[in-house]
Amino acid sequence: MIEIQHISKTFNKGKEDEVKALTDISITINKGEFVLIIGSNGSGKSTFFNIIQGTEHPTLGKVFINNNDITNLEEFKRSKLVSRIFQNPGHGTAPDLSIGENFRLAALRTKSKTLQIGNNKEFKKLIKDKIASLGMGLENKIDQPMGSLSGGQRQALTLLMSVMDDTNVLLMDEPTAALDPKSAQIILQIADKMNKEMGLTILLVTHSLRDAHQYGNRLLQFKEGAIIRDIKSNEKSSLTLPDLYNWF
Amino acid sequence: MSQFYLTALQLALCLSPMALGIFISMKVFNIPDITTDGSYTLGATVTAVMLSQHYPLGATLIMSMLAGALAGVCTGFIHSKLKIDALLSGILVMTALYSVNLIILGRSNVPLINVNTIFKVFSFSENNIIVDLIVSGIIVILILFLLGYLLRSDFGISMRATGNNPIMTTAFGINNNKIKIIGIALANSLTGLSGFLVSQYQGFSDINMGIGIVITGLGSVLIAGSLQKWFNITKIGRQLPLVVAGAIVFQMVLAFALSLGIDPNLLKLVTALFVLFIVAISAIGSKLKKN
Repeated sequence: MIEIQHISKTFNKGKEDEVKALTDISITINKGEFVLIIGSNGSGKSTFFNIIQGTEHPTLGKVFINNNDITNLEEFKRSKLVSRIFQNPGHGTAPDLSIGENFRLAALRTKSKTLQIGNNKEFKKLIKDKIASLGMGLENKIDQPMGSLSGGQRQALTLLMSVMDDTNVLLMDEPTAALDPKSAQIILQIADKMNKEMGLTILLVTHSLRDAHQYGNRLLQFKEGAIIRDIKSNEKSSLTLPDLYNWF
Repeated sequence: MSQFYLTALQLALCLSPMALGIFISMKVFNIPDITTDGSYTLGATVTAVMLSQHYPLGATLIMSMLAGALAGVCTGFIHSKLKIDALLSGILVMTALYSVNLIILGRSNVPLINVNTIFKVFSFSENNIIVDLIVSGIIVILILFLLGYLLRSDFGISMRATGNNPIMTTAFGINNNKIKIIGIALANSLTGLSGFLVSQYQGFSDINMGIGIVITGLGSVLIAGSLQKWFNITKIGRQLPLVVAGAIVFQMVLAFALSLGIDPNLLKLVTALFVLFIVAISAIGSKLKKN
């Protein structure tokens, strides 16, 4: 559960180029929700995300995950609580490391990295089955460098990697922006499946109103640093795509 | 004549740990660390002082590597915590080390005569050249094995990922600053080990012996990079022996240049030109590939 209490974020405070990115936002996101976040550029949705994942700290207010106050927790320490999918598929994986080694690191996200060889036969067998479930034919390429794969393949693997270790919350920041339409749909379907089957809490920022309409069970619209619409499950399913277009 | 090249091989083996250190800082962590000139001499000065005071060989080995590691910690700290450019951090520590080395050494040159060096302790044969080669060969193989294991371990994967994609490692709970400091310390402890070996091999430690040594390591790593592309080697465990091969090729080329009758005073110039040549070749090579 994520609890945001009266968050405000001002950049360059007191200077000429002062920007109020977020003003007094409060929201509670419950376990198992698949939240789609839409809004124009500069509406504050990225800042909202950055504050949850720790890239930025709020000027005012507090952030709780599972009742832990993480407002001032360093970014790398938050990895115990949140798992992230980046917009650029290259950001979520290490290109020169093999697929197996990338998965090994993901499996140790909340654990310490010791001097044992963890990327062993047993581990490779474990991830082989998971990777086969993608149906992309990547299960036989575990020892190949991650950089030899396409953006769509890397993003699909990143998604699998995000649930290799205990995950409370998955943050996806425009995960399909750099992908072709077919790969994009595959990614969203995997996310949808993980939400439904594993009860994973997901927050996903998108510019695609079609995707926002089709996926998720909660919809937030950001505008000028505030949440102007918060549509819950039942209401969301009765929305039509033209309704969404009319909001902009 | 053949002895001439055997000497070059011997030197290459002694300098291999340093080349592996440069491989770690430059290829694994993507950091240009030139603390090397200082930490190499530091390893040698610690060795000379401890051995001439008859400290045991094992303790001397550990201390010379620890001293190198400490120099690396300084550079790593300045770079990652004080946010100072890696090159400048290295130059700062390297410069400071010149004075530190002078203080430790007490004068500009300390000979190692009538001292039980690592090469004398294990002298199982009359043929000194072969003994020297075998002793340093075993040390290099040992280092290759340990380093190969380390870089394939979970911790090693974290190290390699940090240099490859720091955005990802932050999201995976890795403290990039901490792991970089450990990495640069490791690299410079290996450099210290080279100082330990070379000072005993040549029979003295000199305050100026480290000047320009970083170029030798850099050249070895660059040659290794070319070999790696040539044979299309991606596994980390197989890249390490290539660095040793690179160090050997490098010394052989220098020996060849000397055998042609080049003035030894011009050796540093030849070294720099040779490294420039390798860089140019690989740059032209990758350009041709793209076209």
